[in-house]
Amino acid sequence: MDNLLINNISRRNRTNARLKYIIIAGAVITVVPIFLIVGNLALKGYRQINMAFFTEPAPDTFQAMMATSSGEVIPGGIANGLIGSLLMVLVASLVSIPLGLMTGVYLYENGTKRYANFIRSLTEILQGVPSIILGIIAYLWIVKNITRGYSALAGSTALTIMMLPLIIRSTEETMKMIPVTIREAAFALGTPYYKMVIKVLIPVSFSGLATGVLLALSRILGETAPLMLTALGSPSVSLDLTNPVSAVPLLIWDFYNDPNMVNLVWSASLFLMVFVLSMNLLSRSIASKHKYI
Amino acid sequence: MNGDKVTKALLFLSSLTILLLSAGIVLSLTGGAIPAFREYGLGFITSTVWNPTSGSEEYGALPFIAGTVITSLLALLLCIPMAFSTSLFIAEYFRGTRTAGILRSLVDMLAGIPSIVYGFWGFYALRPLLISTGLTDQGFGIFTASIVLAIMIVPYATSLSAEIIAMVPSELKEAAYSLGATRREVIFNVIIPSARSGIVASFILALGRALGETMAVTMLIGNANIIPKGLFSPGNTMASVIANQFGEADGLKLSALIAIGLLLFAITALVNAAGKFIIRRFA
Repeated sequence: MDNLLINNISRRNRTNARLKYIIIAGAVITVVPIFLIVGNLALKGYRQINMAFFTEPAPDTFQAMMATSSGEVIPGGIANGLIGSLLMVLVASLVSIPLGLMTGVYLYENGTKRYANFIRSLTEILQGVPSIILGIIAYLWIVKNITRGYSALAGSTALTIMMLPLIIRSTEETMKMIPVTIREAAFALGTPYYKMVIKVLIPVSFSGLATGVLLALSRILGETAPLMLTALGSPSVSLDLTNPVSAVPLLIWDFYNDPNMVNLVWSASLFLMVFVLSMNLLSRSIASKHKYI
Repeated sequence: MNGDKVTKALLFLSSLTILLLSAGIVLSLTGGAIPAFREYGLGFITSTVWNPTSGSEEYGALPFIAGTVITSLLALLLCIPMAFSTSLFIAEYFRGTRTAGILRSLVDMLAGIPSIVYGFWGFYALRPLLISTGLTDQGFGIFTASIVLAIMIVPYATSLSAEIIAMVPSELKEAAYSLGATRREVIFNVIIPSARSGIVASFILALGRALGETMAVTMLIGNANIIPKGLFSPGNTMASVIANQFGEADGLKLSALIAIGLLLFAITALVNAAGKFIIRRFA
């Protein structure tokens, strides 16, 4: 009997130790891809990154073929994509940040009222909508009816609908952490409602709001699918909202489909990933520094 | 006081845009899908033929529904052990340590990588690896897409699971330890039972992510409009067929693609709602 108990305990200890190793191994396996991806892109992508990469538009396939066959670096860069991305993201931000902030404040102020709950659920549903469907929507609304052709405006619309729920949710979550006393103190001084929002709620929760905005930006900067149905892509630099424009992810897609451009895909992917990840990390570091506002 | 009313009205109006957007999305998708459903009825959902050749056009969504469901479920299956061990690592074994913080940041980084970069990496790095195992000739297909999808959804499943696991009351755990339980027994008999619904919800929400993922899947699944025949068979998902064929589509084909979009919208909304419901109700 005693023997059985001892056997049992040592078996329990063994399985206990084994689980720990399994968990550690599983966790390590999970993060291996991030090293593989970053390492792979950095090794193969760095050679193409130079000044021209940022200042010149994408080369055509013939130029790329000539350069590749003579072993040179492919001329040209991603300037058309960079400008297009910035243009569309800027327009999307100009609409979605103020609108999202206001809706977020509305939800915070109206807590658990039935209408506010309904809007909150809709926001959650919107946040879960696959981005390609927002591409279809922007196509139906803008490409078919307003600009009558693929356009930067349509791309911005898709990105705006993506950003909006992210900003609303982060605004509300941040404001929930503001102590009620601060708000009450403002009202006790006779502050008008709009001043309370602009001078108290928003400044006090600023770092949280900035985190939300940066995270939303890092989400939409890498978006490809909705832009394929809306902005389409363009070989030249363009700032016209009613014309097709390129974007960095769209360029990656074009390069990927052109066997002569493979070297450029590595660089463009490396650039996009570093840009998006650093924005992501920046937002997280702001968030961790200013926890509880 | 008048100013207050104006401010409140303004805030209310901005909240209306969410209402209008949501209604507009549903109406536009439904409106765009009507021609396809009028032509094929509900048979659109169960038909396996996708033939865009003009003259003998015929469209059915089943291959894509099957492709979406199979890749997403397979990705979820691959994701579960990864997310499960990572969340236990962060929230139980190395809770509050620097190591856990670093691991958490690394997992978060996975969520920050754009989908198209995943697709490209899968194409040039993962695909040759799979070909070299001899299991597949081309390296495209359900399995390749699912592996990359699994990596992409791990951070979503992990962050929520870890949060729920960390919320298990330490009294419960200490009570089990005081009875002589080992850590493994505490995990399987205390932590998992009391965090079960939250963990399930986190996997459901990760599934919702996988269902709508487009670019990485489009680049890896092989784009064949058939019901996948096996693990290494090429296929197409609802999102990838839209991405591939929307550009040159008009008329009935456009409507069929929008109808697929509507179905995808409905499926993801349902899955997400289920996940949120479980969290609210049980966690």
